[in-house]
Amino acid sequence: MTVQEVGQPRKRKEDARLLTGRTQWTDNLTRPGLLHVMFLRSPMAHARIASVDVSAARGMPGVVAAFSGQDFAAEQGSLPCAWPVTEDIVIPDHPPMAVDEVRYVGEAVACVVATDRYRAADALDAIEVDYEPLPAVVDMNEALASDSAKVHEAGNKAFSVTITSGDIEAAFRDAPVVIDRTYVQQRLIPSAMEPRAVMADTDGESFTVWSSTQIPHVLRVMLAVVTGIPEHRIRVIAPDVGGGFGSKLQVTAEEVLCLLLARKLGKPVKWGESRSEGNLTVHHGRDQIQHVRLAADSDGRVRGLQVGLLADMGAYLMLVTPGIPMLGAQMFNAIYKMDAYEFGCTGVFTTKMPTDAYRGAGRPEATFAIERVMDELAAELGMDPIEVRRRNWIRHEEFPYTTISGLTYDSGNYEAATEKALALFGYDKLRAEQADRRDRGDPVQLGIGVSTFTEMCGLAPSRMLGEANYGAGGWEHASVRMLPTGKVEVITGTSPHGQGHVTSWSQIVSDALGVPFDDITVLHGDTAIAHKGMDTYGSRSLVIGGVAVVKACDKVREKARRLAAHLMECSPDDLDFAAGAFTVRGTEQSRTIQELAYAAFTAHDLPEGVEARLDSDATFDPDNYSFPHGTHLCAVEVDTETGMVKIRSYVAVDDVGTVVNPLIVEGQVQGGIAQGIAQALFEEAVYDAEGNLLTTTMADYLLPSAADLPNFTLDRTETPATSNPLGVKGVGEAGTIASTPAVVNAIVDALRPYGIHDIRMPCTPERVWRALEGVRR
Amino acid sequence: MIPAQFDYERPASLAEACQALAEDDEAKVLAGGQSLLPLLRLRLAYPTKLVDVGRLDELKGVHDRGDHVFIGAMATHDEVLRAPAVASGCPLVAMATAHVADPAIRHRGTFGGSLAHADPAGDLPAVVLALDGVLVARSAQGEREIPAADFFVDYLESSLAQGEILAGVRIPKPGEGWGFHYEKFHRTAQAWAIVGVAAAVRRSNGAITEARLGLTNMGATPLRAHATEAALRGVELGDAVRQACEQAADGTSPPSDLHAQPDYRRHLARVLTHRAVRTAAGSP
Ligand SMILES: Cc1cc2nc3c(=O)[nH]c(=O)nc-3n(C[C@H](O)[C@H](O)[C@H](O)COP(=O)(O)OP(=O)(O)OC[C@H]3O[C@@H](n4cnc5c(N)ncnc54)[C@H](O)[C@@H]3O)c2cc1C
Repeated sequence: MTVQEVGQPRKRKEDARLLTGRTQWTDNLTRPGLLHVMFLRSPMAHARIASVDVSAARGMPGVVAAFSGQDFAAEQGSLPCAWPVTEDIVIPDHPPMAVDEVRYVGEAVACVVATDRYRAADALDAIEVDYEPLPAVVDMNEALASDSAKVHEAGNKAFSVTITSGDIEAAFRDAPVVIDRTYVQQRLIPSAMEPRAVMADTDGESFTVWSSTQIPHVLRVMLAVVTGIPEHRIRVIAPDVGGGFGSKLQVTAEEVLCLLLARKLGKPVKWGESRSEGNLTVHHGRDQIQHVRLAADSDGRVRGLQVGLLADMGAYLMLVTPGIPMLGAQMFNAIYKMDAYEFGCTGVFTTKMPTDAYRGAGRPEATFAIERVMDELAAELGMDPIEVRRRNWIRHEEFPYTTISGLTYDSGNYEAATEKALALFGYDKLRAEQADRRDRGDPVQLGIGVSTFTEMCGLAPSRMLGEANYGAGGWEHASVRMLPTGKVEVITGTSPHGQGHVTSWSQIVSDALGVPFDDITVLHGDTAIAHKGMDTYGSRSLVIGGVAVVKACDKVREKARRLAAHLMECSPDDLDFAAGAFTVRGTEQSRTIQELAYAAFTAHDLPEGVEARLDSDATFDPDNYSFPHGTHLCAVEVDTETGMVKIRSYVAVDDVGTVVNPLIVEGQVQGGIAQGIAQALFEEAVYDAEGNLLTTTMADYLLPSAADLPNFTLDRTETPATSNPLGVKGVGEAGTIASTPAVVNAIVDALRPYGIHDIRMPCTPERVWRALEGVRR
Repeated sequence: MIPAQFDYERPASLAEACQALAEDDEAKVLAGGQSLLPLLRLRLAYPTKLVDVGRLDELKGVHDRGDHVFIGAMATHDEVLRAPAVASGCPLVAMATAHVADPAIRHRGTFGGSLAHADPAGDLPAVVLALDGVLVARSAQGEREIPAADFFVDYLESSLAQGEILAGVRIPKPGEGWGFHYEKFHRTAQAWAIVGVAAAVRRSNGAITEARLGLTNMGATPLRAHATEAALRGVELGDAVRQACEQAADGTSPPSDLHAQPDYRRHLARVLTHRAVRTAAGSP
């Protein structure tokens, strides 16, 4: 037991079960008498519903019930928005099933409940809906024009915010260099491996909801609030969940409606989506137009930054829709020092699927804009992009550092990460090759892109969430129980869906209690077992939930110490704890923690005031965010004849603080980089002018696979966070945040000699070719 | 998604299969299902009955028949890839098949299904067209031979009549001096071709004596690049080849979709044809 578990590349405890199919996906679960739900979805982006006739469907074989929005109107409530970012924000009523009006293609207008899915699907065809078309509102700029059709009565503006710090006018007045750019963060569709599914059942009094969700605890509270069913009569279970990326950080229409159907019918019901249904109705991500202005001195020093965002909310505000662009509000200034900063954001309603959290949530957008603009500054000054960054970033001896946007970065070392990345990448050699290809007029040009990013992780200090008007706290909870035989049961309020919490938490507990890794089990994702929690998103689980586990272990150890002192007739202060045993200092006398667990269980001889249990729980609420950072470098080859971009090499040096499990960290970074590259090169949700989603299948919405990506070279620096006792910073989103600008910077770098300064994402071969055609003419 | 109801039949012989199809106008042949099942699941097709011919031995196998290779319609892409007769007798088929989808799909999808489906974005129709393959169809009335040039009628439409089953394809073996290449342009490894070019080029003494070029996804059907074929005849390797390939998009009417607009596809056809011809001619 002398080996420290934290830091070991432990293979994941979860994997044998997951890989051999011994899984519990929601859509594989069943109940006696289970009925199947299918939703009829609006084919119109915007229309008044004149009538819905489900009577023919009710008569179809196998059909148990069919309902329209009218049938739910009295009980369905409104889907919640927990983050009203301003006082005067417009939060429209959001019925889980549309009653009078539909506002995006895919909105549910009716449902069928049948004895199997096939019959339910057949019966959908028999439902008649009479729509009176209203104009679609697809483009944000047009939506804000005074003559635009309205998505909601109150207009198309959800909210507007401006935040200023420093004298922005002075920063731009007489600035030798001003860079002015507009970037488009295209709309993305989160594509978790497991599509969403919900099952609901009732015993006549209480309800159980199984859902493929990231947030069983939040969901339970919200289902109670929305439906009026008392909270103590709702149990939510998130069984195995196959990925989320933010898309399952939501209270969905389908969850509410399945619960209401179980109540209406008194029977278990289940719904599972198809991939194309998911593309339409899983909340989407990104979708911003970013206007960025940066003022600098002629030596490259940044004076000020002005950001104006239009953020597409889609048709409604869902759980944290308006908060997503606001999560970027303090991140555009990134790792750079400057005199002044202004951030403005307008949330815009359109007749499209609502947007909400998607891996990185607001921070990838911010990072993209600043990292692109720093490259533009370098180009304008004829300076190396690394050098421009060096002249502006916070130096390692300056931490803790309070940025212009008001965050205090506790720790970091941008110099170290960058030096390491440059060496691994072979930066100078690649620059030489680039120059050579340019000289030769090679049809395949080389481009080099950098991104020196940071992010705010560990969402979040409850006090700060309160200041941001968020409707909940950001703490996390854990319980640790020693069982009579000396094994350990950990209950976490986080809700893993692919991150490997069971493994990492076991490593943490093993060190804290001196118990073997294999003797520890971790329970989660069921509100009847893990009764308290704030769930998993925003790279928060280890940073907050992991620390809660440590705190609970500390309490267990202290209880054990008192018991040990009593049994060995000494003072608790005379005991040393090491390798899972308390030893009376200077003697051979000791008790293992397993022996103490048994002694607590038999309770034959407990000291005064010690209960018959060796367990404890704890909540942790940090007093600051954590700030992972890193330097990513990407080299691309651009075929100037076809426009095809190929990633030639990719180096990432990340600083995520203390590493609990290097394998898991590497997995998160690998997947994250892939997802960020996907935004740069492949993915885009496209709506036509009538508001139809054109990318409903994977033939149109392109997800890259391993075959489309190079091997990434990964390394780390470790600058422990000072805001939590583990020194961890979070790694769930780092790769995604960093990689998108690194790739686009590389592409633009390859094309700059042609006079090209931007390619809109995704940088498809056709877009690259058209840009080249534009300048060749 | 969930398909509508249909009947399923798995006849024991090709004759029975022909019979089953003759009985029902709305019946469809089921081969590997890799194109048909997605259509059913999206409810874009509502056949009354699927006649599964996937296990009929009469339609399987790849055979060396002296002057041609006969590829059974139900040979899977994977079997075609591994067949020695293909490697030696019609290597262009193997080159293109290696680009079809991914290994899982190549184990189910069939050579015949790919042709009968008549998707101009499929990789194999342009290859069979370029190689002047002959498609052999069977029905209750007997056997019929259809030259590839007459087989592809329109988008997802072949000249197979209702009740006709594609039994296999005869691919003539090339003579001496031929080189081959299939150039596929796509954004992700498993995606369909935005444009593809199948090239068979015969060389003699540093000049091209003959070229046969098939274009993938440049119109409602696979197409031959006739103008470029003619322009290449007798041309020395070098800049003249590039010039000849400038005509590769002549007479095409490429589709417009999210991946490419027609003018870009025309441009790609020219660039890719040049690359394919050069590689096939052995002058990279
Ligand atoms: C994700 C994915 C990616 C793909 N990517 C590619 C790609 O990159 N390139 C490519 O070329 N293909 C691709 N395909 C298609 C694949 O090659 C299929 O195998 C092929 O298109 C159809 O073959 P099948 O045997 O599955 O036919 P099926 O799907 O069973 O049938 C297709 C059609 O042909 C008819 N049919 C089949 N066999 C016969 C017959 N013997 N006689 C008469 N009619 C018949 C059927 O009735 C049906 O209308 C892809 C498929 C998928 C699912």
